[in-house]
Amino acid sequence: MLDTTTGTPALAGQAGGGAGAAAPSLLDGAILRRATAEAFRKLDPRTLLRNPVIFVTEVVAALVTVLALRDAAIGHAVAFQAGIAAWLWLTVLFATFAEAVAEGRGKARAESLRRARGETMARWVPNPADPAITAPRAAAALGRGDHVLVEAGELIPSDGEVVQGIASVNEAAITGESAPVIREAGGDRSAVTGGTLVVSDRILVRITAEPGATFLDRMIAMVEGAARQKTPNEIALDILLAGMTIVFLIAVATLVGFASWNGAPPSVTVLAALLVTLIPTTIGGLLSAIGIAGMDRLVRFNVLATSGRAVEAAGDVDVLLLDKTGTITLGNRQAAAFVPAAGVPEGELAEAAVLASLADETPEGRSILAFARDRHGLAAPAMLPAGAVAVPFTAQTRISGMDLPGRGAYRKGAVDALAAALGQAVPADLAAAVERIARAGGTPLAVARDGRLLGAIELKDIVKPGMRERFAALRRMGIRTVMVTGDNRLTAAAIAAEAGVDDFLAEAKPQDKLDYIRRAQADGRLVAMAGDGTNDAPALAQADVGLAMQTGTQAAREAGNMVDLDSDPTKLIEVVGIGKGLLITRGALTTFSIANDVAKYFAILPAIFVAQYPGLAALNVMRLTSPESAILSAVIFNALIIVALVPLALRGVGYAPVGAAALLRRNLLVYGLGGIAAPFLGIKLIDLLLTLSGIA
Amino acid sequence: MTLVGWAQIALVLGAVLALAVPAGRWLAALATGRLGPLARLDAAILRAAGVDAAQGQDWRGYLLAMLACNAAGFALLYAILRLQGVLPLNPQGFDGVPPWLALNTAVSFVTNTNWQAYSGEAAMSHLSQMAGLAVQNFLSAATGIALAFAVSRAFAGGGLRALGNFWADATRVTLWLLLPVSLVAALAFVAMGVPQTLAASAEATTLEGARQAIALGPVAFQLAIKHLGTNGGGFFGVNSLHPYEGPSALATALQIVLQAVIPFALCLAFGRLVGDRRPGRALLAVMVGFVLAGTLAVYAAEAAGNPLHLAAGLDPALGNMEGKDVRFGQALAALFTATTTGASCGAVNAMFDSFTPLGGLVPLFLIQLGEVLPGGVGSGLYGMLVFALLSVFVAGLMVGRTPEYLGKKVQAREIKLAMLAVLVLPATILGLAAVSMVLPMATASIPGAGPHGLTEMLYAYSSAAGNNGSAFGGLAADTPWLDGTLALAMMLGRFAFVVPVLAIAGSLAAKPRMPEGPGTLPAHGPLFAGLLAGVILILGGLQFLPSLALGPVAEHVVMRAGQTF
Repeated sequence: MLDTTTGTPALAGQAGGGAGAAAPSLLDGAILRRATAEAFRKLDPRTLLRNPVIFVTEVVAALVTVLALRDAAIGHAVAFQAGIAAWLWLTVLFATFAEAVAEGRGKARAESLRRARGETMARWVPNPADPAITAPRAAAALGRGDHVLVEAGELIPSDGEVVQGIASVNEAAITGESAPVIREAGGDRSAVTGGTLVVSDRILVRITAEPGATFLDRMIAMVEGAARQKTPNEIALDILLAGMTIVFLIAVATLVGFASWNGAPPSVTVLAALLVTLIPTTIGGLLSAIGIAGMDRLVRFNVLATSGRAVEAAGDVDVLLLDKTGTITLGNRQAAAFVPAAGVPEGELAEAAVLASLADETPEGRSILAFARDRHGLAAPAMLPAGAVAVPFTAQTRISGMDLPGRGAYRKGAVDALAAALGQAVPADLAAAVERIARAGGTPLAVARDGRLLGAIELKDIVKPGMRERFAALRRMGIRTVMVTGDNRLTAAAIAAEAGVDDFLAEAKPQDKLDYIRRAQADGRLVAMAGDGTNDAPALAQADVGLAMQTGTQAAREAGNMVDLDSDPTKLIEVVGIGKGLLITRGALTTFSIANDVAKYFAILPAIFVAQYPGLAALNVMRLTSPESAILSAVIFNALIIVALVPLALRGVGYAPVGAAALLRRNLLVYGLGGIAAPFLGIKLIDLLLTLSGIA
Repeated sequence: MTLVGWAQIALVLGAVLALAVPAGRWLAALATGRLGPLARLDAAILRAAGVDAAQGQDWRGYLLAMLACNAAGFALLYAILRLQGVLPLNPQGFDGVPPWLALNTAVSFVTNTNWQAYSGEAAMSHLSQMAGLAVQNFLSAATGIALAFAVSRAFAGGGLRALGNFWADATRVTLWLLLPVSLVAALAFVAMGVPQTLAASAEATTLEGARQAIALGPVAFQLAIKHLGTNGGGFFGVNSLHPYEGPSALATALQIVLQAVIPFALCLAFGRLVGDRRPGRALLAVMVGFVLAGTLAVYAAEAAGNPLHLAAGLDPALGNMEGKDVRFGQALAALFTATTTGASCGAVNAMFDSFTPLGGLVPLFLIQLGEVLPGGVGSGLYGMLVFALLSVFVAGLMVGRTPEYLGKKVQAREIKLAMLAVLVLPATILGLAAVSMVLPMATASIPGAGPHGLTEMLYAYSSAAGNNGSAFGGLAADTPWLDGTLALAMMLGRFAFVVPVLAIAGSLAAKPRMPEGPGTLPAHGPLFAGLLAGVILILGGLQFLPSLALGPVAEHVVMRAGQTF
């Protein structure tokens, strides 16, 4: 009944990017072939109207073509005109090609996602109170509020919430990670995604998405670029480019009037060449490719953004709100020290701690064994000694341990609880040590053998390795990091100091997070945060960048404007870097494009007027062969530079967290001065080739 | 070029910069209304005029007040010019000014351009000079400075609605800056030999025994505000070359100081108003850099002389002295030229028409770059801020953030308005000049053929649209076509520019001002100054290169080939 033959393992390989699957290469043959075809389709002027610079180029190319045809019809020599016309068309084509290549990678991934969507038939449950009665219904016909039953081996037909049962689900189709995850009713792990595969048990799911608006649909639309809208900075840049195009239109059109005063005005072909080389075709042609590639970088990083605006906002972020547990620190506390009571050798305490923890399967318990092994060389026995009786932890006693016949009764637990259970007071020296541990942000556990307190284990939040350095890098970028934790202020302050964050929010309730974000925004700051729980949803929605975890609740995933398919909140930091890279790429190529104009003037202006004023040859600093070769070389350079920069536009300009002033200096040097110098070399080289090949 | 020449340039420019520091402090005080001992008198005057300085206007209110004030000024000046024949203080008995010329002149003085299609001593009565033209010299300068205050305030804080009160700003600038400084400067000019009299003329007997009437008038006071307010309209037709308007090298040096000091000082005032002196210094550094470069270029071109003259046996030590006066010399003529065209003043102490082609290119290009180097009083600063916004927009993206200037985000709305403002100059200058080069009715004003004629026409529209007012010379400017279209160019250059600029100010004022940090683009320092200079050259200058290639550059290369026009 269910289509489970979509070949999930293969899919995982294709869909997964962040999980290590290779992204399609830039020069993947199939993508290039398809992009070439697509580039021709994009020549439709109605599509090009979105891009004023390239639209003007196309109009000019058409005009020159018509004039060349007319001149050819009356028998004039049109080699030069035809050459210019051809290269003007190529300029337009290279621009549409750049966009098509950028879209190509997304399209390839969208196709593999579509296969996951398939044409699923679901088991519709008309009455959720009686899930035994089901009827087949197409996934596409399921609406919000419908209930379906999904069993092992079946695809979940649409986004929803588990209302009954527990199951392990393979979400590789979405995340690329093939290890199954647990989905259960209630709590923060109740959200399921359409197109994922239930691999064990059965669950009753209430559908939460309208058909066509599921997570998978959104994902397809995003990677395909169909839902792509221009981002705020892109719009502003478009206006700048359109304005420059108008300025140069005026400059070139009025040249007709000025030139006719002194003699004959230059031909339309020459003016067309001058116009197209002056208007910012390079950035105009690459602008949308840069935006699409930016989204694509994020997708390959396994983060989905609901809009390009969110990616851009990531680059602007001033404040990062990071949860302590799982983001800044390892998820669980770990043993960091044994503090023996007076007169107890540390080895004895360590041995007691190991024996008390033998049956403790919690991460804390295992960390005690690991710590004793690393620090004291105490290996835990591979098997429990015969007759051992484990004393399990309960919320009432807050004590656990192990009774070993012939060796003793080992206990560990919260200090006050254990002391109370033993009926003794905590010795003064131990009490002081416990106090110190608590103040430093740790958790003390007392250890006892046969009713005697031996000392304490210090459990500590362990800051993930490398976090301190990353926060320092963020600080250099001008971004403040704020740690959010439910711990008390004392504990929070200690961990904040160790991790090197700029600020912390202790004893934080969801409302506190929301208030903090609103306050920062009122000061004009942009805030990013990650979250997964339903109670995170308001803050995720309020934040300028809200990164929801794929494993999180449906509410959280809908509130955020990005979803991390790997569910790793630390990635927020990299997302900021990707956002910045996108903006830098745009700025760098704009600067390069505008700086190019200087050399083009030196190529074309003397060429246009040298016949009238031979002395203007002095301006031909590149010593180009002839006026025709000079103009043609400039036009050819102008077209080829678009193709040459496609890899850079797709890859993005590298971002290093070195502070704004240093970044500006480096990028101005490379793209500003480089933009002035490059065309001098390029045009000269093309002119040489034209001359050598006898074309000019 | 001589060492003495360079010493003169260094001395005068040094005096300008030294005076700009206290002037900047005082301008900031005027903008914030912290007038010290003058505060009570100031309050009384404003109260008597019914102005509440605390009553701020949003950008539309400020704009409307400014436009209303300027419209009234235009009507008054136009009426005086047309009626001067029947009005008093007309010892020469001039007729009323003809309609086209009156229109052109009234627009010219209201827009701080002071383009003159007439010769003052042959067309204007003393009343027209004093109550008509001089009044607008004060008013147009006060308008420009008030607008600069309004725009500066937009950067001073976050979430602002009001940009200040136009009436209070204009009144304070006039009363507490322009009037007192003009009075002092006028007395200094009188001491140097500039006349200040209501007499019509002095009778003189020439060496040949002929009798000559030498025109006189209330020159000194008008001369002072002509430079201080970067107006530039001369009492006499030949402006500061006239012995009564530029009697000595010292007088010309004082004129240079007066015409450059407020535009420079406004940058420093801007720094004070926004609470960070560094960005103001960066703007100032760019302005000074361009003025120095322009001075150097003119000085080099003119001191080298005209190769054709040299071939004919002229003394090469003097350089090209055609159209210049020996009492000023090459160095002061070069500095005067760079400051008067850079600063949108438009007074001249040498005739550009007689410069070498490349020497003449410099004042033309300085005007075309947008009159921001340092630009007119007020208009230079707000024009410069438009370029600063465009600079941070392009470069700001390169540091990976939505661009911001002084903590204000520069977004689509600001860029749209900035591009509208930037479009005004090329559209007006190139559009009107190109049409004029093909219209027989316009080309009839050009005395000769060749690229020199093109330069003259291009200069006229550049000067008008840039609100500079200097004339290249040669052109017969008092024709209905030129009077009308140049008036149009002057209005577009002033008001079509300032509307989007005030709108930007309104939009930026409302935005929160974000604290600057290591992640934000520094709007100061050599790097930013270099960037700003590059953007001014590329966005402000490149579009004029084709026309310049056909004008002065072509003239230069044909002159080297031995052909003149």
